[in-house]
Amino acid sequence: MKLTETEVRYVANLANLSLTEDEIARMVHDLGSILEHMDRLAGIDTEGVEPMSQVLYETEETATLRPDVERAPLGNQLALANAPASGSGYFKVPKVIDR
Amino acid sequence: MIGHTIQSIREGLLRKDFSAVEVAREALAHAERENPGTNAFLLFCSERALEAAERVDRKIAAGDDPGPLGGVPVAVKDVILTKGVRSSCGSRMLEHYIPPYSATAVERIEAAGGMIIGKTNCDEFAMGSSNENSAFGPVRNPVAPDRVPGGSSGGSAAAVAQNTAVVSLGSDTGGSIRQPASFCGVVGVTPTYGRVSRYGLVAFASSLDHIGPFARNVRDAASVLEVMAGRDALDSTSAEAPVPNYTERLDGDVRGMKLGVPVEYMKHATGETAELISRSIDQLRSLGCEVREIGMPATDYAIAAYYVICTAEASSNLARYDGVRYGFRSAGSATLSDMYRNTRGEGFGAEVKRRIMLGTYVLSHGYYDAYYLKAQKVRALITRDFTNAFQSVDAIVAPVSPFPAFRIGEKVNDPMEMYLSDIYTITGSLAGIPCMSVPCGATREGLPVGLQILCNHFHEEKMFRLADAFERLR
Repeated sequence: MKLTETEVRYVANLANLSLTEDEIARMVHDLGSILEHMDRLAGIDTEGVEPMSQVLYETEETATLRPDVERAPLGNQLALANAPASGSGYFKVPKVIDR
Repeated sequence: MIGHTIQSIREGLLRKDFSAVEVAREALAHAERENPGTNAFLLFCSERALEAAERVDRKIAAGDDPGPLGGVPVAVKDVILTKGVRSSCGSRMLEHYIPPYSATAVERIEAAGGMIIGKTNCDEFAMGSSNENSAFGPVRNPVAPDRVPGGSSGGSAAAVAQNTAVVSLGSDTGGSIRQPASFCGVVGVTPTYGRVSRYGLVAFASSLDHIGPFARNVRDAASVLEVMAGRDALDSTSAEAPVPNYTERLDGDVRGMKLGVPVEYMKHATGETAELISRSIDQLRSLGCEVREIGMPATDYAIAAYYVICTAEASSNLARYDGVRYGFRSAGSATLSDMYRNTRGEGFGAEVKRRIMLGTYVLSHGYYDAYYLKAQKVRALITRDFTNAFQSVDAIVAPVSPFPAFRIGEKVNDPMEMYLSDIYTITGSLAGIPCMSVPCGATREGLPVGLQILCNHFHEEKMFRLADAFERLR
């Protein structure tokens, strides 16, 4: 599967990723050659095979459930400690709505 | 202190030949001296290591047990969080990120007396097979400085290979522990999926991510895994299965063990790597193992399936880097939407962007069935290959990589070529079975080569027994 420049821009938009013109040209080339390899997936018969989304092994059905008990949360100060911009106990972001 | 094992440190401490503080000081000094040559460490945490050392020395002075890793210098890959110590994941995006909590694996290592001396370099967000994708420069292979150490856990492998840490932690999604272990001539272990909690491992592809140890011998690697393994309520995919004593049965006796050699793997291995693997198989036979050829017919589709699944999961996992809650934020964007886009465009490196793009594409409308769903079905077939094989063999032996460490810059401009080098490691990752690399010799140029051993889910004990018996032949 070859990708066009329009498709690359479309996917970059979906991924919230700004790319330079040079990067777009590289992506057209690189993604094209990788997808070409991925296209070989069509060559293997998977009729009746259940998709595997997670590694599974024999265990109790409730093995992944934990007791529902209260735990102390991280706390406002620690949660904001790595924020690029914060104030009054909140994350700050550029303006979203004009008023 | 150079060349110490977990056992020799323990004996030295208990005999009062040296103190844990002395071990920590010397390990730190040695690591700082060696680092300009390899760039294996991104930072040293002297204070944290010395505090850990003092705790160990106090225990010994009080006549208490210093713990199974008491006084052992440990290096930790930078994608594994260490509370209060910068964890950058090799990315500009997290260049100043100070995590508010530690990974469960790190907490267990420290509770066992381990002394974390520093954070190691890696491919950005663990995406790469050569450690050339780090935002903070490549790592050089301590054995051959013009060559890569492998990736993505290149720094952790190099740290152990150059004797600066006795053991280290890496993460493996498609081979990121086994391949660098092979390239640097050390032992590297990817445990069963769910054996070690992923809590605090920065997510790349959640259904494939593992934490595992590097060491200079099998026994040390087994000891570290024993400390880290076991159920953790903070990771719902961590397994309840009891953790056996992995070191108890390392007695060198593997007579009658049935080994499978996949024909599909051997056909790709070239030159000296193939020769060394064949020689290793002969040696295993001489130890009394029964060796037979096995078929793994889905192998040819593994790379395609793996790169669909891991990029799809990565594109979702890395959506969190939006410049709001932590990490880098692009300056001067007028709108929220521009801020997101510019932050991600400027904060991520080339390989990470490529994988986000691929993952977004294979999950996008119209392609989901052809790529993502199909890849998950192929993943099931690859797992079935292993399930079938383990009905007749105890372990599978194979190469780790088709070739030894390549030159820095040799493959970096051809991503597909780089992906193809993961052929032998990604099958085990997709199935979630335990696998490891154990050194099996070197090429005429002196480049290390590793033998891969793969076992069925939770059969780490068997895997270590075979690897240890093989190691005794060196």
